[in-house]
Amino acid sequence: MIDFTAKDYDMPHSKAWCPGCGHFLVHKILREAIAEMKMSPDNIVFVSGIGQAAKMPQYIKGHMFNGLHGRALPAAMAIKASNPQLEVIVNSGDGCLYGEGGNHFLAQIERNSDITVFAHNNMIYGLTKGQGSPTSPKGLVTPVQIDGVTNETFNPLAVAIAMGATFVARVFPGNAEQTKHVFKEAIKHRGFALVDMFVQCVSMNKTNTFKWYKENTYELDADHNQGDKIAAFTRALQSDPYPTGIFFKENQKATFEENCAAYKNNSQPLYERDFDMKKLKKLIDARRE
Amino acid sequence: MKDISIVIAGEAGQGVQTVEEILVGILKKSGYHICATKEYESRVRGGSNSTQIRISDHQVAAFVDHIDLLIPFNAEAFNHCVHRLSANTIIIIDPANKIENMDVNGSQVIEVKMQELAKEMGNAIYVNTIIVGIVTGLFLADKEVASNLLQTKFNKKGEEIVKQNIDAFESGFSLGEEITRSGKFKQVLVPDKNVKTDILINGAQAVGLGAIAGGCNFISAYPMSPSTGVLQFLAANSNDFEIVIDQAEDEIAALNKTVAAWYAGARALASTSGGGFALMTEALSLAGMMESPAVLHIAQRPGPATGLPTRTAQEDLNLVLYAGHGEFQRIIFAPGTIEEAFYLTQRAFNIADQYQVPVFILTDQDFVDRYNNIPELNITDIKIEKHHVKTEDDYQRYKFTDNGLSPRGIPGYGKGLVRADSDEHDEQGHITEDMDYIRPEMVKKRFYKRLELIEKIAELPTWYGPENPKLAIICWGSTLPAIKESVEINDRNDVAIVHFHQIYPLPADIKKFIEKKNPKKMILVEANASGQFANLLKIHADISIPNESLHLRFSGKPFSVEEITEIIEKEAE
Repeated sequence: MIDFTAKDYDMPHSKAWCPGCGHFLVHKILREAIAEMKMSPDNIVFVSGIGQAAKMPQYIKGHMFNGLHGRALPAAMAIKASNPQLEVIVNSGDGCLYGEGGNHFLAQIERNSDITVFAHNNMIYGLTKGQGSPTSPKGLVTPVQIDGVTNETFNPLAVAIAMGATFVARVFPGNAEQTKHVFKEAIKHRGFALVDMFVQCVSMNKTNTFKWYKENTYELDADHNQGDKIAAFTRALQSDPYPTGIFFKENQKATFEENCAAYKNNSQPLYERDFDMKKLKKLIDARRE
Repeated sequence: MKDISIVIAGEAGQGVQTVEEILVGILKKSGYHICATKEYESRVRGGSNSTQIRISDHQVAAFVDHIDLLIPFNAEAFNHCVHRLSANTIIIIDPANKIENMDVNGSQVIEVKMQELAKEMGNAIYVNTIIVGIVTGLFLADKEVASNLLQTKFNKKGEEIVKQNIDAFESGFSLGEEITRSGKFKQVLVPDKNVKTDILINGAQAVGLGAIAGGCNFISAYPMSPSTGVLQFLAANSNDFEIVIDQAEDEIAALNKTVAAWYAGARALASTSGGGFALMTEALSLAGMMESPAVLHIAQRPGPATGLPTRTAQEDLNLVLYAGHGEFQRIIFAPGTIEEAFYLTQRAFNIADQYQVPVFILTDQDFVDRYNNIPELNITDIKIEKHHVKTEDDYQRYKFTDNGLSPRGIPGYGKGLVRADSDEHDEQGHITEDMDYIRPEMVKKRFYKRLELIEKIAELPTWYGPENPKLAIICWGSTLPAIKESVEINDRNDVAIVHFHQIYPLPADIKKFIEKKNPKKMILVEANASGQFANLLKIHADISIPNESLHLRFSGKPFSVEEITEIIEKEAE
């Protein structure tokens, strides 16, 4: 345990985000959350893909695996499976996690890999300058969807609940108090945790602005049962306005790592282990029989 | 030197593979050298599959066209193999399988009522065990060895099943024994008791065993013929060797996971075939940018696209050599023998770790599915070298050094932060667009300096045969055993073989090495249409083999010993 302030987790580099970008607020709240949780930077791996949101690990103190567009989740899963003692936190955008990485999203949920996923959902492709994303609302006019988006809108929460994710939440970082609470709960959660975050893209999405998110979200009522999958699913289908908070939580399911043969009798990270040549000799000799 | 080629053929699902599996075990334990190759269609039931089991008094490791003994399960199976028969082939058939227009001498055909016998034993499925019995009987092999193996094989299914199988085996054995004693089948092989304790192993298992010996503790793979044997071998041994097994959602994920696992301190393997590797090329480039170790096993099959999923080819050399956007280095091995597959895969983990590059083991269907007996895999000199370092506070993942290698830290080991980046980055791993200094320096680090290092450890090809030969046959990977056997059985003391087990990079002195041996003529044999290795030699070693000296095959079948003999006869006259 160490004493850090949110400032200590900041990196000195200038941020490549537009003034007023929603990622700044996430950057601040996330640092506050991990500082309050007294997490040591040398025990956290920040993983991302590519995009504006995916630059987050560049700006937070910790280990970093800034991988390929769409491929943050397989990388995060493998890091956790190679060393379960590390805290693995993913920050990437809706295009990266739900678009290019859609199959990886489903597959890592299936495994219940013990990783925390912060999905910066601004409902637009920002870095490539404003094309429709899987979460863009129908009718949104973009340089590609010139008559408006016609695709059905991807619902990450409903999909995650249906796939058996063990922690599913949505936040609007404009609601800082709830956001920080959910961040902490997500990081503490043992298993796959999804936090979909409504963040504004000030340059490319003039529809879903900070103001719009504020006006179109409300906190889940205090009596919402987080263990009730059907209630969670019903809430996940709601829009106009969108609920925020922890929709679903389940603590019983084993994680991918817990199910691995490699960790049945040994909790050491893989790199610490020694190899037994006698076992190899035995395996070779077995082929003489 | 003598050997007998037995082919057992039938529909998928009829038990050809089971017969192969049990029979090779019995014959090896009885003191015969074994080489089993299977050819099969991409289906689970029906069609025509066959397995060739060569039984020999010396080590054999290649496919031959000719058949000495054929046991077809049905008429289609007979027709599937008919072009490989000669006047000396003995055919054991069940008269219940009416095979019409068999264009062979009556004396070649031995009828055995296997199906009737199996039904008497209690179940038609016992035909397989009866066939095992017949072949064991033909070779007057050890009955007790067979009983023990059947016992082990069927133990889980209960005493009753074990007993019925042993009964079926014994009735087959008596029939086989009688055929040999009557002189219809000439059994001339003398068993060698040393073979009894040999290791029986196929190519996929050799790669898997090599990976384990290299300290592999993580595999993420998507099943794809013919590479899946490696994944299954590691899974079967995952408890004993504490290996993380992940059946990936796709090959894209598989290699991203492999790279990330190395990042976090695992020793990870990716295993696939050409089509799967095509999906991995993006992540291969990631390994290049991150300066990450990676070990990849690619079992080739004929393409393009789905191609012939269960057949063989050497068509993906170019893909492996050039895959990945941008410029970075890699090492490519192509084992020619079981032993090479084991030692090269083992070494791949050490050098991937040491030089922070992807290392490939390039095999093919012919290689991974072929069973052999080998006397030993010597592991006394094997070491698992871990090259990662404990980090300090001021650790920089991509620190500039003289030789271009930055010490590789892993998260959680030491005080430093390990920051790996797919964007162009500075020494710390932080994203940069500095094109005046950092970008060019990073390219030099990843490309030129790395090449200099891995060239120094590049291995020369193996030269078999005389210096100043009349003919030198250049080959790589799986074709070695067929070429070697052809040269040996034809006593070609004037023919040499140059076998490349390292494809890239080639050692700097490769041209001199070959010139010194002074071959009068050089030809090149490979299983593709464009002469991919010939092109590599031209570009990277300034060695030109004229087009008329390229012997290229792209049927999907492995090179047979007879085919090589024809080539030698034509080229060395």
